[in-house]
Amino acid sequence: MSKYDQKDIEKALDKKAAYGSDIDLGRYEEGDYEVEQIEKLEDTPDDLQKKMINVGVTSDDDNKDTILFIDNAMSHCSSKAQEGLIMMSTRQAVEQYPWVKDYYWNTMDPTKDKYTAKTYQEDSDGYFVYVKPGYHLKMPVQTCMMLSKNKSIQNLHNIIIVGDDASCDMVTGCTTVHHANDALHVGVSEMYIGKNASLSFTMIHSWSEQTAVRPRTNVVMDQGANYVNNYVVLDPVGNIQSFPSAYLNGEGAKCSFNTMCIAHENSNIDTGGCAYLNAPKTGAELVSRNISYGGRMVARGRLIGNAPGAKAHLECKSIILKDGGITEAIPELEASCADVEMTHEAAVGKIAQEQIEYLMTRGLTEDEAVSMIVRGFLVGGISGLPDNLQKEIDLAIDKANEGD
Amino acid sequence: MSLLEIKDLHVEAGGREILKGVTMSLEEGETCVLFGPNGSGKSTLLSAIMGYGQTKVTSGSITFKGVDITYMPIDQRAKLGIGMMMQRPPNVIGVKLGTLVEVTAKNGKGKTGREKEFNMQDFLNRDINVGFSGGEIKRSELMQLCAQSPDFVMLDEPESGVDLENIGLIGKKVHELIYGSEADGSKSVSAFVITHTGQIMDYIGAHKAFVLIHGKIVRDGKPEEILEDIKNNGYGVGDE
Repeated sequence: MSKYDQKDIEKALDKKAAYGSDIDLGRYEEGDYEVEQIEKLEDTPDDLQKKMINVGVTSDDDNKDTILFIDNAMSHCSSKAQEGLIMMSTRQAVEQYPWVKDYYWNTMDPTKDKYTAKTYQEDSDGYFVYVKPGYHLKMPVQTCMMLSKNKSIQNLHNIIIVGDDASCDMVTGCTTVHHANDALHVGVSEMYIGKNASLSFTMIHSWSEQTAVRPRTNVVMDQGANYVNNYVVLDPVGNIQSFPSAYLNGEGAKCSFNTMCIAHENSNIDTGGCAYLNAPKTGAELVSRNISYGGRMVARGRLIGNAPGAKAHLECKSIILKDGGITEAIPELEASCADVEMTHEAAVGKIAQEQIEYLMTRGLTEDEAVSMIVRGFLVGGISGLPDNLQKEIDLAIDKANEGD
Repeated sequence: MSLLEIKDLHVEAGGREILKGVTMSLEEGETCVLFGPNGSGKSTLLSAIMGYGQTKVTSGSITFKGVDITYMPIDQRAKLGIGMMMQRPPNVIGVKLGTLVEVTAKNGKGKTGREKEFNMQDFLNRDINVGFSGGEIKRSELMQLCAQSPDFVMLDEPESGVDLENIGLIGKKVHELIYGSEADGSKSVSAFVITHTGQIMDYIGAHKAFVLIHGKIVRDGKPEEILEDIKNNGYGVGDE
């Protein structure tokens, strides 16, 4: 585990991230390592349960396998996982299965920036999800990360491994509870998807007005692997910067990133995704659709084509519904090989007046028409979202429109 | 009192005066066609009656059912009983056609569940107009209008971009929309139809025709006579 020199790590603790505003880690104290243990998920206190449901996680252990983290420690893990699934905390996994070391700080370099270095330094715990080769999980796997202590850092290190010919749907909900507001969430996730395996990973974030959020995610994909990443941020947040990367290292691997954010007033959101098409005939589709209600919204996307037959498309679109913020679309295409096909679309602006008037012609009021178009713009084309999320999206849009 | 009365209407679009004093009226139960060369202001007139933002009324008035609607929001005009079939409606990404039809029926007087009649069963779950052919757009528009069931319907070139296979169904549905159908017990309404070719008149007939040139109504009369005259002699002005 001491692949990295302590000196390098210490140096990296001051290293600013490539994107997003810099966060002073010294402002926060450590998050708790001893937290309340919840035996049965349905016994989760009501206020926490409400927050879980907000981020797409249900308190139903019989139909879904669930891991719950509060601050820096695991609070609940379904006792009997479905066949083909091993789930536990990352620390437990490293102790119990020597081979997990090969996946531990493997695709993520801890010296990438101060957030990864901090996570490495703290030897942070997180969730471990392993789908055995050949198993197609029938039930979704849920993880829920709660940040409960104000002025603290939540540091997590998650590992997901989907074995060859296996498949899995995951929903991850992250949220603040109790009075946590001015706090920092750092989550390092290392994902490995085997040959002809697939992972659908939906992440829903619901933070508080001052929360800072720095996820760091790398996905390594083998031959014929398939990865779908949905990222949803609907509620006001302080500051998010996230730029997950997929490394399509096996021939024919395919990934898609769908990002959907609402940047409220005083929210600063910098999101997107990056796909390295390193093997022949790999494919990627990155779609980012966002709404600004006066916040700062940066939609990024980067495609890197390094192998023949690579095909990828990138879309960064944002609608601005209220003045005051800054909205950016930053698509980047990079190729090191002639036989690649990569395209992008980027747009920033208001809703087309023509669309609003068209719906009003059928009797919808202007507000109803705007809501319908915004809702469609956000969710259009994104599949695999949890059922209750549609309701959350409606609520978020209605709430944001009321605030006008 | 006429159903629709337009008095000395001046309208700007794109910073230019397009309608230069239009005066006309349309009676209850009447179907009127509007002829005119390209760029004469036909679509602008329909847009102004519907209240679209690209048109700006600078003077004059529009009265519908005795209510001054000159500056009324679009949705209130719709609720008052005005319906519109756009020539090229916009795509609405992420909004399903079925959703719009349901909301339209809720705001209007018509019914949902009629997609089979319009051969639109496979389209309810699709994003509105996205990837629709010319004929599919018209069928979709007509299905939406049936869900709204307006008392006065404006059709902007219902036959444009429609192939021969579709024109029969579209002609029949436009006829039902205007003259009602025994099948669903709907009654006859008023209509205002823009046509370049007069082709749609084979299906719906018309009581009256207007000719719009240079933003003014220059002539009205019997539709067949006027169409015949235009076919033989043109508008006498060329395209503007």
